[in-house]
Amino acid sequence: MPTSFFGWVVFFCKKYGVFFLRGAGNTLLISIISTILGFIIGLAVAVVRTVPIDEHDTKFRRIFYKVVQGIFVAYIEIFRGTPMIVQAMVIYYGSAELWGLDLSPFAAALLIVSVNTGAYMAEIARGGIISIDKGQTEAAQSIGMTHWQTMTTVILPQAIRNILPSIGNEFVVNIKDTSVLNVISVTELFFMSKSAAGTYMKYFEVFFITCVIYFVLTFTVTRLLLVIEKKIDGPDSFIIHGSQTTPEGIIEGIEEK
Amino acid sequence: MNTEIIKVSHLEKKFGDHLVLKDIDFLANKGDVISIIGSSGSGKSTLLRCINLLEKPTSGSIYFHGNDIQSQGFSLTEYRSKVGMVFQSFNLFNNLSVLDNCIVGQQKVLKRSHKEAEEKAMDYLTKVGMSQYIHAKPKQISGGQKQRVAIARGLCMDPEVLLFDEPTSALDPEMVGEVMEVMRRLAISGLTMLVVTHEMSFARDVSNRVVFMDQGVIVEDTVPDEIFNNPKTERTREFLARMLQKN
Ligand SMILES: Nc1ncnc2c1ncn2[C@@H]1O[C@H](COP(=O)(O)OP(=O)(O)OP(=O)(O)O)[C@@H](O)[C@H]1O
Ligand SMILES: [Mg+2]
Repeated sequence: MPTSFFGWVVFFCKKYGVFFLRGAGNTLLISIISTILGFIIGLAVAVVRTVPIDEHDTKFRRIFYKVVQGIFVAYIEIFRGTPMIVQAMVIYYGSAELWGLDLSPFAAALLIVSVNTGAYMAEIARGGIISIDKGQTEAAQSIGMTHWQTMTTVILPQAIRNILPSIGNEFVVNIKDTSVLNVISVTELFFMSKSAAGTYMKYFEVFFITCVIYFVLTFTVTRLLLVIEKKIDGPDSFIIHGSQTTPEGIIEGIEEK
Repeated sequence: MNTEIIKVSHLEKKFGDHLVLKDIDFLANKGDVISIIGSSGSGKSTLLRCINLLEKPTSGSIYFHGNDIQSQGFSLTEYRSKVGMVFQSFNLFNNLSVLDNCIVGQQKVLKRSHKEAEEKAMDYLTKVGMSQYIHAKPKQISGGQKQRVAIARGLCMDPEVLLFDEPTSALDPEMVGEVMEVMRRLAISGLTMLVVTHEMSFARDVSNRVVFMDQGVIVEDTVPDEIFNNPKTERTREFLARMLQKN
């Protein structure tokens, strides 16, 4: 048996290396999938919540949107207003008891983190959408685009670019917060660490390793996201096309009708 | 022969209790180049925005080739593709290149092929002198260049009417000329244009009709010669005196 702190660290790395990696892999997998699913949920909720409704719409449409909006607001408030660790217990055991669903801990984990992230993303995405200058929408409408076309070609690309840092933030939060899923025995990093530490009663040494792994995960992810942001922004300069032209004599092409 | 394109009849617009347009009657025939002038807050922008329904009129009607644009079953998107708008603040799509700004509407709204849309876009971008900048993003070009692209974007839709809301008011003085020049050429080419402007030289020399608005009312609607040399009301006289002094 090792005698020093580092002796133990090396011992655990050797003996439980694969174990740690599996845990880290699961943590990463759950956070990636859930962040993406959460983003899709959030975006969908935000798009519906920002549909313009006015007194000219039919009564049915207005009532329908009122109801849907109400449901979405309730969803956002409930999932932001309760701890994920509690949501995990309620959903995992509740789904078994109420509907006899036999979710695997992993499937339950994806469900819980996605839906939880979706609630935060919904507000982030809505903020992104309403922060885009009204002139962009008006310009799109003035050339005849529908609301949906305006959204997909003009507003959402800009909104998503603007909220990328917040999406990255949610991703990092998810990497860390999946640790609460150990309460439903998901074999993520924290759960694996606890098992390893318990066997030898060496909590400090094991969780020191765990700490380093979490940090490496989150740090890598934040760097990667910065690279992606840069990539999306494209180059600072543009290529001049062809040679200099001056406005021509008369602008034709207005077809005689 | 005069072909009526847009007819506004008893148009009224309120923002809350604030009556901004009062009983507006107005007619635009094919080929008309109409300058709409008037002091700040007189309702010029609101009139233009009502015409393409960016604002919903409180009452009154607007007809396009005799069809009520607010009636059920009238295709608003199709109408808007035929009535383009150029904004004071350009409003180019910030996420798209200059070229794509001119292509996207043709593809999405007019369902043109990419090739056809690109040819048309290149054609108009060349005509406004912006063909070199097709790969640039809006934030990389100057205000005058943005406005020329915005005009090309409008033209790409083959509109029957183009509405301009103070297209040069947000520009540095040295860039006003390049945009006015493009608009002057458009006018000569026969495009129907409604232009809200503070450029009295455009109103006098280029347009064939001038509409003077004051406090939500059309005070005068006549040929440039008449309004500049023989204004009917004191308000028109005062406004023109002020504007011409400034220039
Ligand atoms: N969305 C709005 N809500 C409330 N009031 C508005 C709105 N838009 C315009 N107004 C008011 O309507 C009046 C007319 O505005 P409008 O923008 O049409 O004037 P304008 O003639 O275009 O002026 P300017 O030369 O300054 O552009 C103003 O008093 C303005 O405050
Ligand atoms: Mg205005």
